[in-house]
Amino acid sequence: MADLAARPALLRTARSRLRLRPGQAGVVTAGLVLVVAVVGSLLAPLVWPLDQSAVALDQTRSAPSWAHLAGTDDLGRDVAHRAVYGLRVSLLVGAVAALVATVLGGVVGGIAGTLGGRVDRILMRVVDTIAAMPHLLLGIFIVAMLRPSLGAVIASVGLTHWLSTARIVRSELLSLRTRPFVDAAINGGAGRRRVLVRHLLPHVLPRLALATTLMIPHAVWHETALSFLGLGLPPHLASLGNMINDGQGSLLTGAWWASLAPGAVIVVVTLAIAVLAARWRDRLDPRVRAELHL
Amino acid sequence: MTSSPHLLADDVTVGYGRQVVLDGVTLRVDRGETVGLRGPSGCGKSTLVRVLALLHRPDHGRVSIDGTPVDGVRYAVPVGLRTRVAVLFQSPRAAADPRLSLDDLIAEPLRAVRTPEPTIRERVAELTDLVGLTPDLRARRPHAVSDGQLQRACLARALVHRPDYLLCDEATAMLDASTQAHVAAVIRDYQRTQHAGVLVITHDEILLNRWADRVVGLADAARTHT
Repeated sequence: MADLAARPALLRTARSRLRLRPGQAGVVTAGLVLVVAVVGSLLAPLVWPLDQSAVALDQTRSAPSWAHLAGTDDLGRDVAHRAVYGLRVSLLVGAVAALVATVLGGVVGGIAGTLGGRVDRILMRVVDTIAAMPHLLLGIFIVAMLRPSLGAVIASVGLTHWLSTARIVRSELLSLRTRPFVDAAINGGAGRRRVLVRHLLPHVLPRLALATTLMIPHAVWHETALSFLGLGLPPHLASLGNMINDGQGSLLTGAWWASLAPGAVIVVVTLAIAVLAARWRDRLDPRVRAELHL
Repeated sequence: MTSSPHLLADDVTVGYGRQVVLDGVTLRVDRGETVGLRGPSGCGKSTLVRVLALLHRPDHGRVSIDGTPVDGVRYAVPVGLRTRVAVLFQSPRAAADPRLSLDDLIAEPLRAVRTPEPTIRERVAELTDLVGLTPDLRARRPHAVSDGQLQRACLARALVHRPDYLLCDEATAMLDASTQAHVAAVIRDYQRTQHAGVLVITHDEILLNRWADRVVGLADAARTHT
C-alpha cells in the first residue's frame, strides 16, 4: 500500500525536476552546443584526422550528400570535415586572444586603479587614444607587421581588445578603494598587498572572468574577419574565416554550401557562448551589468 | 592642559574641492575618558573621525598620538601606530567585506600582522563571547546576519588589537534598542578595563549625556574666524 501511494509522488518529483523554468531551455541548449563544440574540436584529431593540404580534384563542388554532409569545396575538400577543424582554430584563437586581452587589460587597469593619481591619468589617456582608433584597422596593422600565422592573429585580436577590460578593472578598483571595509582593513593594520589580495582582487576576478567569456565570441569573429580578408592563417589551413573566403568563389558558380557550414558553425557556437555569458551576467548584481554596458 | 596620554586633532582643516568641511578643528580625547561629539548632519563629524583614524590627510593641521605627531596617512603610518586607534563605522554593511565570514572578519586584522593561528582562534573566541555572537553566527557571511549582529562582529574586530583609542562614528544609529544598549555596554566596559579613550558620535542626546564624560559640539571645536 505504501509503495502504491509513494509512486505517483516520486513520478511527480522526477517530472518537476526535469521541467525547465522559462528561459532555461535556451541555456541548456547553449550548454549542450558548447560541450559538443569543445569536445568535438578537442577529439577531432583522434577520431577524424584531416590532412590539411590534401585535395580531391575529382570531387570538386559536389552538393551535400551522405558521403559529404556539407558538400565539398572547389578543391574537392569535405566542407563539414574542414569546418570541424576550422572551429578548433577559431575557439583556440578566441580563447587565447580573450585571455591575452584580459591579462593585459587586468594589469593596466589594475595598476591605474591601485595607484590612482597621475599614473591613472596617463594610463587612461593611453587607453582612450588607442580606443579612438578603429580596432579592426589596428588589428590589420598588427597582423601586417607580423607574418600571417596563428600567433599573429592571436596578437592582433588580443592587443586590440584589452581596453574595455582595463576600464572595467580600473573603475571597479577605484570604487572598491573608497569602501569603508578597505578603510577598516587599513585601520586594522593591513598593508597595500594584503588589501589588494584579500579585499580587492576577490571582488574584481569574477567580473574579469565574465568579461573574458563575453570577449570570446567577439574574438572568434575577429579571427574570422582577418582570415576572410586574407590576413589570417595560411590559406591551406582550415579556419572558419578561410573557408568562408574560399567559399565566396564557389558561390558564384552555384555551390552555396561551401560557405554555409563554416558560417553556420560560427553563428551557432558564438551564440551559445553569448547566451551562457548573458545568463552568468544576469546572476551578478545590476551594477555590474551597467558597467559592462549590456 | 594635563599631560596625560591623549589622541589629538590639532587645528585640523579639511576641504573637498572648494567646500571647507572642517575649519581649524581641535579635539582632544584623553585615555580613560569618553568624549561625545555632537553636530548637525554634514558638519564633518565623519571626516574628523577619518582624520583621527589616520585614514584621511588633513589639508592643514595634524594628528598626534600621546604627544607624538603622526606624519602621513593610511599605508604610510606604521602598523603599530595605526592599530592603536580603532574605528567602529556607522554602517556595518559597508564596513564588512561581504566575502568574509564573521570569524574571518574579526581574525583579519590579526592575520594582517601575522599572528599565529592558535592565538587568533583564542582571541576571536574571547571577543565573540564578549560581544555576544553565538557559534552558529560566527560561520555566517555578512549577508546572512542582521545589522545588529554584524555591528557586534565589527565591534569585536575594532577591539581585536586592544586599541588605546576607539572612535565610534554613529555606531549604534542603525541598531535596535537592545543591541544598542549591549554594544554601548561592551564599549563602556572596554574603556574602563583598558583605560582607553573613546570618542562617541551620536544624534541620541540622551545616550550621549549618559555615556560621555563630556560632550563637545563640532562648532565649538572649530576656530572662530573672521
